[in-house]
Amino acid sequence: MTTATASICPDCTETVPVSAGLRVTSIVVCPGCKVELEVISLDPAEFALAPEIEEDFGE
Amino acid sequence: MLAVLTTRARLEERMIFDALERRGVAYEAVDDRTLVEDLQAGPAVRYSGVFNRIMSHTRSVYAARLFEASGHQVLNSSQVVETCGDKILTSLALVRAGLPTPRTVVSVTPDGALKAMEMIGYPAVVKPAVGSWGRLLSKVNDRDAAETLIEHKQALKSPAHNVYYVQELIDKPGRDIRVIVLGDRVAAAVYRRSEHWITNTARGATTERCALTPDLVKLSLRAAEAVGGGMLAVDLIERSSGELLVTEVNHTMEFHGLAAVADVDIADLIVEHVQEVLLR
Repeated sequence: MTTATASICPDCTETVPVSAGLRVTSIVVCPGCKVELEVISLDPAEFALAPEIEEDFGE
Repeated sequence: MLAVLTTRARLEERMIFDALERRGVAYEAVDDRTLVEDLQAGPAVRYSGVFNRIMSHTRSVYAARLFEASGHQVLNSSQVVETCGDKILTSLALVRAGLPTPRTVVSVTPDGALKAMEMIGYPAVVKPAVGSWGRLLSKVNDRDAAETLIEHKQALKSPAHNVYYVQELIDKPGRDIRVIVLGDRVAAAVYRRSEHWITNTARGATTERCALTPDLVKLSLRAAEAVGGGMLAVDLIERSSGELLVTEVNHTMEFHGLAAVADVDIADLIVEHVQEVLLR
């Protein structure tokens, strides 16, 4: 769990808010470029480009 | 310590972690990208049980097998994941159990695909044997469309895409039913409604509560048992006559649509079941 904070998108450098309740490996969408980002750290908040959804993901 | 194998912390995983914490269950979220195992030495950490929430079918099967090989009990078991993640194996299990399911014809080569579709008749539904979220489902309306689909699938140069799983199109009433089975009990059910012939929440279907009738409960439990049992989401559709048919049984259930309308805390019931099975 984390308190609300923000960091920047590694793709477009837009500020990305981190809402309470997100966890490491959560996925958020950059408000600037709409790319999917993975939360890789919470204190401080850090993002990486999310891995591609693979063909056998999901149910 | 319980291991929860994950790929992404989706809404479902976050609800599960919250429920684990409310119940005071000690757990470790294990990112599947960190799983590396020396087969002779076994896993570096010994867990009291393994709760598998991996999103990839392939990774899920192998991860479950690795933990089972070292004596861990995994929910769901690798056998259940293998069966449920492959529509052909699921259909074989449903048919073997004598359960009502859409008529299905399988061809293992493109050469037989056209015959399979002609046997079903048009419109036919063609689905990848391994796939999800309603992706790459095709409604084939006539022979011209069938020939085009086969040519396109051959162009993918993938053995998996050149196995053909063909079903009759069911004239369903704009909805299907998802039933959550936890062991030998049914926890909840929802309708998934869409104007599109694919009624998957990943494709925009909306959910509403569905009453648990005795027939629905009985059929869902039998379908879960047919694939090996566990924590499962049984998908059913209704013919226009009202007959219920089992279409799929899902092993790593997604329940955000159901949780939004159900009158039970589904994540908590799942965690309760995990405790009963893995941590007793």
